[in-house]
Amino acid sequence: MNAFIAILRRDVLLSLRQGGGAGAALAFILSVLVLIPLAVGPDQNLLRKLAPGVMWLSLLLAVLLTSERFFQQDYEDGTLDALMGMSLPLELVVLAKALAHWLSVSLPLAILAPLLGILINIDTSDIVMVMLAMVLGSLALSMLAAIGGAITAGLRRAGLLVALLILPLYVPVLVFGVSATLVKAGPSGSGSSLLVLLAITLVSLVVSPWGAAAALKAYLK
Amino acid sequence: MSLIATNLACERNGRVVFSNLSFTVAAGQCVELRGTNGAGKSSLLRLIAGLVPKASGTFALNGREDITSELHLIAHTDAMKSALTVAENLTFWSAVLGGSGIDDALKAFRLDALQHEPAQLLSAGQRRRLALARLFVKHRPLWLLDEPMTALDATSQDALRHHMLEHLKRGGMIIAATHGDLGLASDHVITLGPT
Repeated sequence: MNAFIAILRRDVLLSLRQGGGAGAALAFILSVLVLIPLAVGPDQNLLRKLAPGVMWLSLLLAVLLTSERFFQQDYEDGTLDALMGMSLPLELVVLAKALAHWLSVSLPLAILAPLLGILINIDTSDIVMVMLAMVLGSLALSMLAAIGGAITAGLRRAGLLVALLILPLYVPVLVFGVSATLVKAGPSGSGSSLLVLLAITLVSLVVSPWGAAAALKAYLK
Repeated sequence: MSLIATNLACERNGRVVFSNLSFTVAAGQCVELRGTNGAGKSSLLRLIAGLVPKASGTFALNGREDITSELHLIAHTDAMKSALTVAENLTFWSAVLGGSGIDDALKAFRLDALQHEPAQLLSAGQRRRLALARLFVKHRPLWLLDEPMTALDATSQDALRHHMLEHLKRGGMIIAATHGDLGLASDHVITLGPT
């Protein structure tokens, strides 16, 4: 357990010290939200209607941007080799790193991004629901990003490849995330989408560590 | 305690790196691996550490094949994070490996005065000392060292030699890949590749 917490703590610390984590991703989301009104025009009703989808899409792409280096640094500096020789299973190493990614990147984005939605005229009554759905869905995004990061651990400039690998896995999160935030569709519809989103997150919590660990083992061998 | 390797073979991308390699390392013994670049020295160390699959053969430490928890592998890479201080890096490895602290590791390679320095400010030799200090955060009987003297100054080389001899006296085992003489009067020298 100490090893698990040590990996989690170190990765959060590294994310804060090295930059390029939540701060850069939040700047990316801000850029998207500033550009959207310029692209679709100043129609406030249209912007309000598009807001949940735009928010989710920008969150998804922002998390994707940070996933390229999920395991790359550990692979290059020999940390992964050293971690293989300890009692903690590699699956738990992956889980610790994915949770650290969620805590340091995805979770701050999920909490702060909906507040930036004001820039595209998001309905203020929707903000809490968007935030709730994003907090839930962002965990799935981090877990799935671990798989893409593991498959491309030893590759340089693998950003596009990670995107190609991960984007299909992000589709269910996007669909049910947006659906869960559409409160106006009715509380029952929103609630069931939220439950599906919860299910996707729980499945990703179980499946991603195994998938990512298998990819890493294949890479290291 | 002894490590027994029998008819070990290793292949990478269909190419035979080495084959029919047999040796025994008993407690208190040091084995030097010699050979030209690409002869398979690092591959042998990684194979023993469980990071490279063996094509054939067996090796076991006291009859056990899975020996990853019994060894330290100090490879070319240092497994240290530039953004963390010396103490933070060693504390991380101490926690991960189940060690009891970092004081011994800091003292072993004169890192006390540098413990609050970020690793990115260290010289190549200092980073190598930091990597080697991982040997002291948790006692493990088998040390696998890949070019351990690289980048070390004379004082640090002497310190490493001293620590290696102490480890052997306590019944530890060392397998070290090297191009030069380690100055340990090693018990065996294995030359890999074309002779």
